[in-house]
Amino acid sequence: MNATGYNFAYLDEQTKRMIRRAILKAVAIPGYQVPFGGREMPLPYGWGTGGIQVTASIIGADDVLKVIDQGADDTTNAVNIRRFFAKTAGVTTTEHTTDATIIQTRHRIPEVLLSAHQTIVYQVPTPEPLRWIEPREAETRKMHALTEYGIMHVGLYEDIARFGRVTTSYNYPVRVNARYVMSPSPIPKFDNPKMDQMDALQLFGAGREKRVYAIPPHTSVESLDFEDHPFQIETWEERCALCDADDSFLDEVITDDAGTRMHVCSDSDYCRDRQEAGHVGDGGPE
Amino acid sequence: MYVAVKGGETAIENAEKLLAEERRGNPDVPEISLEQISEQLSLSVDRVMAEGSLHDRKLASLAIKQARGDLVEAIFLLRAYRTTLPRFGASEPLDTAQMAIQRRVSATFKDLPGGQILGPSFDYTHRLLDFDLAENGAMPEPAPEADTPVDATMPRVADLLGEEGLIEREIPNDQDAGEPLDLTRDAARFPLDRATRMQGLARGDEGFLLSLGYSTQRGYGRNHPFAGEIRLGEASVEFIPEELGFAIEIADITVTECQMVNRFQGSDEIPAQFTRGYGLVFGHNERKAMSAALVDRALRAEELGEATDAPAQDQEFVLSHADNVEASGFVQHLKLPHYVDFQSELITVRALRAEALDKQAAE
Repeated sequence: MNATGYNFAYLDEQTKRMIRRAILKAVAIPGYQVPFGGREMPLPYGWGTGGIQVTASIIGADDVLKVIDQGADDTTNAVNIRRFFAKTAGVTTTEHTTDATIIQTRHRIPEVLLSAHQTIVYQVPTPEPLRWIEPREAETRKMHALTEYGIMHVGLYEDIARFGRVTTSYNYPVRVNARYVMSPSPIPKFDNPKMDQMDALQLFGAGREKRVYAIPPHTSVESLDFEDHPFQIETWEERCALCDADDSFLDEVITDDAGTRMHVCSDSDYCRDRQEAGHVGDGGPE
Repeated sequence: MYVAVKGGETAIENAEKLLAEERRGNPDVPEISLEQISEQLSLSVDRVMAEGSLHDRKLASLAIKQARGDLVEAIFLLRAYRTTLPRFGASEPLDTAQMAIQRRVSATFKDLPGGQILGPSFDYTHRLLDFDLAENGAMPEPAPEADTPVDATMPRVADLLGEEGLIEREIPNDQDAGEPLDLTRDAARFPLDRATRMQGLARGDEGFLLSLGYSTQRGYGRNHPFAGEIRLGEASVEFIPEELGFAIEIADITVTECQMVNRFQGSDEIPAQFTRGYGLVFGHNERKAMSAALVDRALRAEELGEATDAPAQDQEFVLSHADNVEASGFVQHLKLPHYVDFQSELITVRALRAEALDKQAAE
């Protein structure tokens, strides 16, 4: 069903072209934040308007769209964005990662490796990785231009000196193509290594801040660290209670008033695939 | 056995139905019409048009009705509609000296050419609840008409001071030539010029600007303001269609204009004089026009070589946070699930606690 009175995928063609130009520039300068004339969308700022505009600009009638939030297809905001594109573009949607040509995501990268025919679109709240150190854009722009990133390492060093470890657990800054320091969006650092040398094109849209950036396929993405304190990802002692996975990002679910908890995959498609393939977890506490 | 939460789509649809029911309220009470909103809640309509950046009373009334009277939500609705409209050019600058005046007051001169025109204002009303209004039906007594109509042309107060060279002249500079940047179409990059800043102020949140303007009066970036003039009236909007090559009037719109006159001590280059802060808003909204004028002047601190240590003088601070549609969306996005980030934080905090407890035990 199509929304009457609106163009395919909501945005008018001129706007889509403008955004595609910005995306092309972003692909040409990996990790660099390109300003674009972000539009006001019929969904609130902070709820994925940047990702939606990027998706709307690149989506075609033949595309198959998957939308996830926290790794899951069934979270309300993911449902709502998928509903928006089903309504305005009439495209096929899917929950299967491997069937999708475009995956719009908030806060996760799917567990299965993405391939060359896929594009992953990240929703970005704050595109500027230096924002927590320097709130002014006029300043951070200069720091990027001069590759003045020492202060980022000072921040990591202070963490290690005080706590013995880096305490940033999500939105962990990366360096793209050995040049720009970039915000990976608030994905857990568990997902950072997946960005490196990915076969798929990675696009990032920040609607409120009106910036897009990109990582072309097969580009190096390093998480900032030190030789003697190498970057580390989260690990769990538990396995997924539903599919027994020991290699996926696990969410903790509280199951009773006594605070009993179980662990399940945050990537709902990955978990279902494993269950369908016969993997069975312990089912969690009785 | 744990079952993952499903059914988001049905939940969203049902929530929308419930919302529509709540909006309508008790069905025994007659439904409010757009005409009633436009005529009797006209200042709400003015605010929604101003911050929605779209001059259309009917659509603004519809937005207010749909938003159940939540004006920021109505502004959001109007903006989301506006963004789908084609843009066919920029109008000629409004000539507010030629506006059909409904109200015009100056706090700097007792009398001046054109006179003081009090017009429709809450200013001197006693804020006593009028219980007669609670009973519908009584028509207000018509206001008597003046013997003489107001002057067709009323010089702006700031222009009167200009004759003497006491106030800075405002002449268009190269920066102002050509079409201004459109904040709703182009990505603005700091630092912004004054024209772009004013655009941001014009669509900025009234409450935010009010507080910032107020903060300058309380010493956070003091700039010695006088309300040089506040005027309310209808101004003609002129547009030059390419195929005609001359200006035609396309609309008359009601606007409120405020010129603040601020004392300036002078600097190495400029002798002491009065400087200006300017605010212009759709509809009748003096609170917003005056606040915008105070903040506009505060944002000129750097250009005038004044200290810039107050929030109202910091253009990135002011303009990055003035938009209530952006702010409302981002504040409320915290309602969205953050389980994954929170899980990462749990792991980090547990590890930090374990290390700290180990250390305590060892000591």
